[in-house]
Amino acid sequence: MAECVHCGQDCGKNPVIFDEKPFCCNGCSLVYQILSEKKLNQYYEMMPTPGIRLDQENSAGTRYAYLDQEEIGSKLLDFSDGGISRVKLFIPAIHCSSCIWLLENLHTLHPGIMHSHVNFVRKEVSITFRNGEISLRQLVELLHTIHYIPDISYKSDVKDTHQKANRRMIMKIGVAGFAFGNIMLLSFPDYLPGGEAIDLLMSSTFGYVSFLLALPVITYCSSDFFLSAFKSLRKKIINIDLPLSIGILALFLESSYEIFSGSGTGYMDSLAGLLFFMLIGRWYQNRTYQSLSFDRDYRSYFPIAVTMLRDGIEEFVQLQDVKTGDVILVRNGELIPVDSLMLEGEGSIDYSFVTGESIPVGKKSGDFVFAGGKQTGAAIKLQVVKEVAQSYLTQLWNEDRLGEHSDRDMQTVVNKVSHYFTIVILIIATSAFLYWSFIDLGKAVYVFASILIVACPCALALTIPFTFGNVMRIFGRNGFYIKNTGVIEHLTKADTVVFDKTGTLTHARTMNVTWEGEELSEYETRLIRSIARNSTHPLSVILSEWLPVSSLLTVENYREIAGMGIVGHVDNQLVMLGSRKFVAGNQLSDESRISSVYISIDNKLKGYFRLENSYRDGLEAVISGFSEFQQHLVSGDNDAERENLIKVFRSGDALHFNQSPVEKLEFVKSLKNQGRNVIMIGDGLNDAGALLKADIGITIADDIYHFSPACDAILKSSEFGRLHDFIDFSRLSLRVVYAGYSISFLYNIVGLTFAVQGLLSPVVAAILMPLSSISVVAFASLSVSLLAKGKRLTA
Amino acid sequence: MSVVVVLIGFSILVAAGFLLAFLWAVRSGQYDDDVSPSIRMLFDKHIDNEIDKSNELNANQNNV
Repeated sequence: MAECVHCGQDCGKNPVIFDEKPFCCNGCSLVYQILSEKKLNQYYEMMPTPGIRLDQENSAGTRYAYLDQEEIGSKLLDFSDGGISRVKLFIPAIHCSSCIWLLENLHTLHPGIMHSHVNFVRKEVSITFRNGEISLRQLVELLHTIHYIPDISYKSDVKDTHQKANRRMIMKIGVAGFAFGNIMLLSFPDYLPGGEAIDLLMSSTFGYVSFLLALPVITYCSSDFFLSAFKSLRKKIINIDLPLSIGILALFLESSYEIFSGSGTGYMDSLAGLLFFMLIGRWYQNRTYQSLSFDRDYRSYFPIAVTMLRDGIEEFVQLQDVKTGDVILVRNGELIPVDSLMLEGEGSIDYSFVTGESIPVGKKSGDFVFAGGKQTGAAIKLQVVKEVAQSYLTQLWNEDRLGEHSDRDMQTVVNKVSHYFTIVILIIATSAFLYWSFIDLGKAVYVFASILIVACPCALALTIPFTFGNVMRIFGRNGFYIKNTGVIEHLTKADTVVFDKTGTLTHARTMNVTWEGEELSEYETRLIRSIARNSTHPLSVILSEWLPVSSLLTVENYREIAGMGIVGHVDNQLVMLGSRKFVAGNQLSDESRISSVYISIDNKLKGYFRLENSYRDGLEAVISGFSEFQQHLVSGDNDAERENLIKVFRSGDALHFNQSPVEKLEFVKSLKNQGRNVIMIGDGLNDAGALLKADIGITIADDIYHFSPACDAILKSSEFGRLHDFIDFSRLSLRVVYAGYSISFLYNIVGLTFAVQGLLSPVVAAILMPLSSISVVAFASLSVSLLAKGKRLTA
Repeated sequence: MSVVVVLIGFSILVAAGFLLAFLWAVRSGQYDDDVSPSIRMLFDKHIDNEIDKSNELNANQNNV
């Protein structure tokens, strides 16, 4: 079996040969041709088969024509001046070193490109080009021809804010580390035997310098903790940042007092060290998958601009400016952005984005067309019935989206713990203060401060970031990408699981094929395969791949009739493929619920191919893995598969068919109202509402960088069978968190015994605090990695 | 012994220099992408010598 030199996929039975090398399709060989002309062959030497396969044509046609529009183009440009422009394009396909190399050598492909620079983490390429020599549209089309298709939208602000936050975090860590190291050196003499002998001048200088170094730590590095504590207080909740802030402030005030009164050296080293560790913890926890997008709403699916017909003249209009009654033109491969009425043309609309079902639906003029479908075939004219924001699909987002998830990021476990923790510490501190105030008021204040210092729950606060941060990393390695660490906690609580069918339990692209009818001769299968190869319709593609290999015969007078079938003369025989109505001329009374392709050769009906969904591997394992869960299936399809599914689900009650997107959403809502914690597993836009509404929305994706609706987690489809392992593992990790809490409580108890007696010295604090933090971090990271091995997850 | 005080002043100055260098590095975006630089340095640049020039150009643009 030959592997395509460009993309590495199986070339199938009829490889395209170019330069004595096999390619899976013309698209791939064309890219090879372009690159070898420009002497960019190194692309194929760096990494084996680095290319990307494209299921569409190399030439983009008029797809990017809207970029010529001044208004739209200039919005996308980063800057433009004196004939030189720079644009940042998000290219999800960037995946290896060859990609970086090729994209940074774009200037050899076109002289108008001055320079290009790849940001691999963000999967972005920033291109500087001369407007006079290459337009934005030509640039994008060039990328399209070499199969690096940019994902064009206005929304890059989210990434930018994330990047800025990340930079700020790293700077804070740097400052805290700087202060920590230096203060540590200055405090060290005190901790060594004979340290008392240091003369007064030096110890006071050390104190002042420590104070100066600690100033940026308390004003700059701790600001996030103070801010978050303040915010939670205003909401009348106690979160982990409140006791932390109290501890940090107590440390700083007590130390400053000691330094300036000359009564001691203070705890500035502990303060800086603590913040250093805490910031690292926060940073680790917030490391997310920047190149994945979890928050797409409908806008990311829809084109930026549409072609509008005004008095017969085509012009490009931004999508939000489209009004009811306007007439728009949708070409082959373009998405229908609004609910509309078909005016002219033959619609063959692929709703795979919406339903996961890749078989196009035929539409005639006068029919109502929902937004979200992709036209395959000739261009169609549509009249807008509803504006974008009012379209049926977009309503899923508008309904009760706002404010719904604002409390979702809250880490409930840690907040519950810190709630009691804070109260207990305050009680201990006050009672110790009262006790000592009868003996010595000065000492009482000192004891009060020491208790707050030593109780500072830094180890507690580090447990979750390092445990869940590590779990998140391990999940990512195993093909399960979660939005943030909060998702893990929700996973542990889930007790109900809702599946979508098409595309989730079944494969989106492959189907089981069976032949029903009179036996076909070898020659006849050759005829069928030869004509089926000409069509890009999913059913034809599946058929031609399923049929046995044979040499192709010549096809003449080939025609494709949208929504009906294909017809042509193969080896001088009239072959028809398609729906029963098309091939046999009559419709069966009970409209078939299963996809079937009828065949006639020389006007003689031969029979039909029955195409059934093929279920994903490991489906049984997944369902039985979830046996302690309440299970449901909601499908937009008819109940043709009911029998098969009952075998898997072991009951018919859990199966819900013919569910519209809104009904799916309502279904999840009603489960939630019953107090259940729901995991929704889906793939298409039709699940988008339900995915958002559920406690955890998991999207199944063949290609994780491609379109996926807004969700909390993305699961690689190849890992579908392991879904339950991931949930098991999050439960295990929650136990690790509890164990980490116990360890940090132990340290707190030890520290408190010193503090209540008024014996807390800087040495004790300097040993206890880093020790507790480091041991908790080590415990959390190591035990998670060990457990992962036990669960056969790659760590 | 009081010379130690002066030495501490100097040592902190030096350390502060490194801190500033670090902060500059973060602000100029050197920590944004930690994957491609490691790959990029292994590329042969024999296609043409334009790359060197344009790299400088880009570095300048990034600082803006």
